[in-house]
Amino acid sequence: MKIQLLQLCHARSGDKGDVGNVGLIARKPEYYPLMEKYVTAEAVKKHFEGICSGKVDRYPIPNLHAINFLLHNSLGGGGTVSLKLDAQGKTLSSALLRMTIDVEETITV
Amino acid sequence: MKDTIRVASGQGFWGDLQSAPFDQVTKGPIDYLMMDFLAELTMSILQKQKQRNPEMGYARDLVSIIDHILPVIVEKNIRVVTNGGGVNPMACRDAIFRCAEKRGIRGLKIGVVSGDDILGRLDTLRDRDIHLDNMETGEPFGEKKHRFQSANVYFGARPIVEALEKGAQIVITGRSTDTALTYAPMIHEFGWAWDDWDKLAAGVVAGHILECGGQATGGNYAADWRSVPDLAHLGFPIAEAYPDGEIVITKHEDSGGLVTVDSVSEQLMYEIGDPSVYITPECIADFTSIHLAQEGKDRVKISGVRGKPGTQFYKVSMSYSDGYNAVGTLTYAWPDALEKAKKADEILRTRLADQGLHFDEIRTEFLGYNACHGPIARAPDVVNEVVLRVGVRSHDHRAVEQFGKAIAPLILTGPPAVTGFAGGRPKPNDVVAYWPALLPKEAVRPQVLVTHN
Repeated sequence: MKIQLLQLCHARSGDKGDVGNVGLIARKPEYYPLMEKYVTAEAVKKHFEGICSGKVDRYPIPNLHAINFLLHNSLGGGGTVSLKLDAQGKTLSSALLRMTIDVEETITV
Repeated sequence: MKDTIRVASGQGFWGDLQSAPFDQVTKGPIDYLMMDFLAELTMSILQKQKQRNPEMGYARDLVSIIDHILPVIVEKNIRVVTNGGGVNPMACRDAIFRCAEKRGIRGLKIGVVSGDDILGRLDTLRDRDIHLDNMETGEPFGEKKHRFQSANVYFGARPIVEALEKGAQIVITGRSTDTALTYAPMIHEFGWAWDDWDKLAAGVVAGHILECGGQATGGNYAADWRSVPDLAHLGFPIAEAYPDGEIVITKHEDSGGLVTVDSVSEQLMYEIGDPSVYITPECIADFTSIHLAQEGKDRVKISGVRGKPGTQFYKVSMSYSDGYNAVGTLTYAWPDALEKAKKADEILRTRLADQGLHFDEIRTEFLGYNACHGPIARAPDVVNEVVLRVGVRSHDHRAVEQFGKAIAPLILTGPPAVTGFAGGRPKPNDVVAYWPALLPKEAVRPQVLVTHN
């Protein structure tokens, strides 16, 4: 079944230079294994095509049922150099929540 | 030793909710108030202010906030720790002493932490073969390509603890890490050893939760923003710390907002890199060891935090001038709002090219359409209106100035149903670029001075 991350997760994002960080957090602990399994660095990189031109680092934080993603070269140069409206990547979080994953498991949300 | 102390967050950035510090010191018991004022590039703004006036160079909001809360903190013996001293913490102290005099308050002890400002020492450091290479881009420091406008070392808790030990009721620092403002009081009160890594790391975690103010208590709450009570009177977070390193995040009862595992988790994720290596001057905290539990209404317990020794380096935040930018906006209404905005952008770019102006970058965004999520956004069926936002960046001041002059003419010489040109021509702003670096700890020494009026 296809499911949008917005239903499974919440998120917060910010910046460090030209790197956007998105912390993706499970709404319920039982959703975390799905995040672990399906929200891979490759999938996130593909989702952010046209926004993230660098690599995507992925750091699982199982104790918080969360995964931290670092999106390199995503903020138009970062800081005050960037001409982007969202130069600090504050809305990368909700952009990731738009992502849809196709899961084998049957889940009710 | 106290059984517990309560450290309250009063400001998450320069320009934060002005009523928060007063609410924190009046709405319930606290022992310490921490206030963060410094973002990465704030120091360069403050250096400019100090160059224009040697009495300036600190967060002026801090002085008006302290003036407001001073009678309360003196009466209740609440201590304040803040990095609002910017590049001139001494002048900031003197301004606060003047507030105290005016209010007839005598014997107020203020500690000043300085020595972080190494702008005047950059050549000496270079001569000593200490290279402040850009730690993000790898660009070498030695080439003297840039004229740096600010250079500040991130000091940690040690100098703040020293000021507290010398009896300072208010501690004003220059560039301190945001987290140190929270965990320094814990080290001071509980006598945590400098190699008690787990306890130090627990303090760092508390600091990370407090450093963005209301963002831990229901502000910017993605989990369920509709459920947050009374955001208008949002209560800022309080870290209730215990000698064994246990921390409870809470807030005053008579305030809006909430403290949940979700609200604390969101703030823990904010602006972090590798979660197992959260580096501070005193230790490295491991965020993959944090255990959170809802202990009661608006009470989240943090336990299990592990830490390890810090590095041999301080982080240094430097900035340099990197040309000019300007941003202009126009709003296009239905019908064909997006198409018209795109046409206007095309006309604008043609006119700029006709003038032979050189820009490092011209960026166009369509607000209301996809400015935030770009190609990920779903196109709406009908765009009722769209804001055309064009930004330019150039090392040629004239080019940026000419861009500013080219926006308004689009109203009468471009597509129809256009409005929203307010505030005059966009003026060129200085672009200040950020240069983070590492400095061996032995190359610099914090200075602590505690005086009273």
